[in-house]
Amino acid sequence: MEDMSQYPTELSGPDVPMVRFMSVTKSYGALTVLDSLDLDVSEGEMVTVIGPSGSGKTTVLRMLMTLETINGGVIYVDGKPLTHMEKNGVLVRADAKYLRRARSSIGMCFQHFNLFPHMTAIQNCMEGPVQVLGLPKAEARERSEELLSMVGMIDKKDQHPSRLSGGQQQRVAIARALAMRPKVMLFDEVTSALDPEVIGEVTGVIRKLVAEHNLTMLMVTHQMGFARDISDRVCFFYQGKIEEQGAPESLFGNPQRERTQQFLSAVKAAD
Amino acid sequence: MSYWEFLAQNAPRYLDGTLVTIAQFFLSAMLAVLLALTAGLMKLSRNAAMRWTAGVYIEIFRGTSLLIQLYWIFFVLPLFGVTLDKFYAGFVAVGLNLGAYGAELVRGGIQSVPKGQWEAAYALSMSPAKRMYRIILPQALLNMLPPWGNLMIELLKATALVSLISVTDLMFEAKQINGSTFLSAQAFGTALIIYYVFARLIVTPFMRWLERVMARKLGRA
Ligand SMILES: Nc1ncnc2c1ncn2[C@@H]1O[C@H](COP(=O)(O)OP(=O)(O)OP(=O)(O)O)[C@@H](O)[C@H]1O
Ligand SMILES: [Mg+2]
Repeated sequence: MEDMSQYPTELSGPDVPMVRFMSVTKSYGALTVLDSLDLDVSEGEMVTVIGPSGSGKTTVLRMLMTLETINGGVIYVDGKPLTHMEKNGVLVRADAKYLRRARSSIGMCFQHFNLFPHMTAIQNCMEGPVQVLGLPKAEARERSEELLSMVGMIDKKDQHPSRLSGGQQQRVAIARALAMRPKVMLFDEVTSALDPEVIGEVTGVIRKLVAEHNLTMLMVTHQMGFARDISDRVCFFYQGKIEEQGAPESLFGNPQRERTQQFLSAVKAAD
Repeated sequence: MSYWEFLAQNAPRYLDGTLVTIAQFFLSAMLAVLLALTAGLMKLSRNAAMRWTAGVYIEIFRGTSLLIQLYWIFFVLPLFGVTLDKFYAGFVAVGLNLGAYGAELVRGGIQSVPKGQWEAAYALSMSPAKRMYRIILPQALLNMLPPWGNLMIELLKATALVSLISVTDLMFEAKQINGSTFLSAQAFGTALIIYYVFARLIVTPFMRWLERVMARKLGRA
């Protein structure tokens, strides 16, 4: 058993990060996918995660969404523990009720959109605000319409997902996640399932979020050009560890580690 | 005696029998749907006692014959102080039996909803109950409607067994008519046609219609 007294029940001080992974370990049986990961993301920061297949990128986001339980360490969001809760002055594993409240400050967009097929675009966006946040329908509708306009999907608001293209579905999915007013947004390869000609629709929306909103974002992508353009920081993952991280100009322009150089040149060769 | 004379003579009895069969069908169908949903959801519960209870119910009612279940409910339960009128015993037995088969359809239907749907609902912080009835069940329902159509036909056929505990359904009347007229071909032939018409011209088209309505509601039409 891990000694939990080494982890504070709450983060305090002048620069509490929006997200902190503290010695987080994740394994599936004998396979350790993430090994004692430390990662901070500041408020309003856009951090991009890159790395080879199987390096644990998706796992990082899924742990933060609490879709995966962690095997060691603690994740904090806005200074409060996410994966754990305080009991008699020490952290214990969070129960379902605590998790439900804690994860509501996090929104996630998936590679395959996962829109609810039995609901129209606007119903998809209103579902969380009405059913989870308890907003009156009129208010939820107004909020959803605003967001659908922002992602350029207001004329399709009454369409079911089956009538929308991949790019359109992904934009609705972004609006749906934003309708919950999360503090942190997670994007896991949101353009990987899209035809090349519609990728721009989705990256355009993310660019807009970066430019106009003070959201904290964590994004996994294979689009190096896009990552370079919009990230505040890029983390290169290799075998469950952060091999190298830094500002996009330095990580892409002048990578220090051999693994990073190899990965970047392999990606460039494939393009 | 021509067939038409036979029919004219016995029409009231066939009509009575058909009405009883329809009543047995609807009551046992309602019970089966209710039990199938309950047991199907329990089978997927995190709670081991719930899973176990549902498993025992499904095993017992799928693993033994409906006729024996019917006799148990009608003849044996009274020995333990539970007496059901034959009309109730009839649809309760059929409902319990088909509900056990339906439970597996419910479980399968729920499991066929893609994992991404569970995860998207989870990411919106939905409670498990809301996630189930707002997101998963509507989609599961559409997936399981076609097999439910078959199950409803099976259920209709199964109701004929209630005649064996003297519920005056269509089968019971056909046997009575056969006994008094000795016109077996006519007596059972008529019953056969009525069952067939009810199955193919009412039950099946209704289920198809339900599938279309649901598909439209789910935006898949
Ligand atoms: N449910 C699971 N059970 C067992 N192993 C898993 C599971 N999910 C992920 N893994 C393993 O964990 C490792 C990291 O997976 P992860 O999905 O995080 O990689 P990734 O960096 O996102 O890769 P990709 O670029 O292919 O999406 C992989 O070796 C993967 O096989
Ligand atoms: Mg991945």
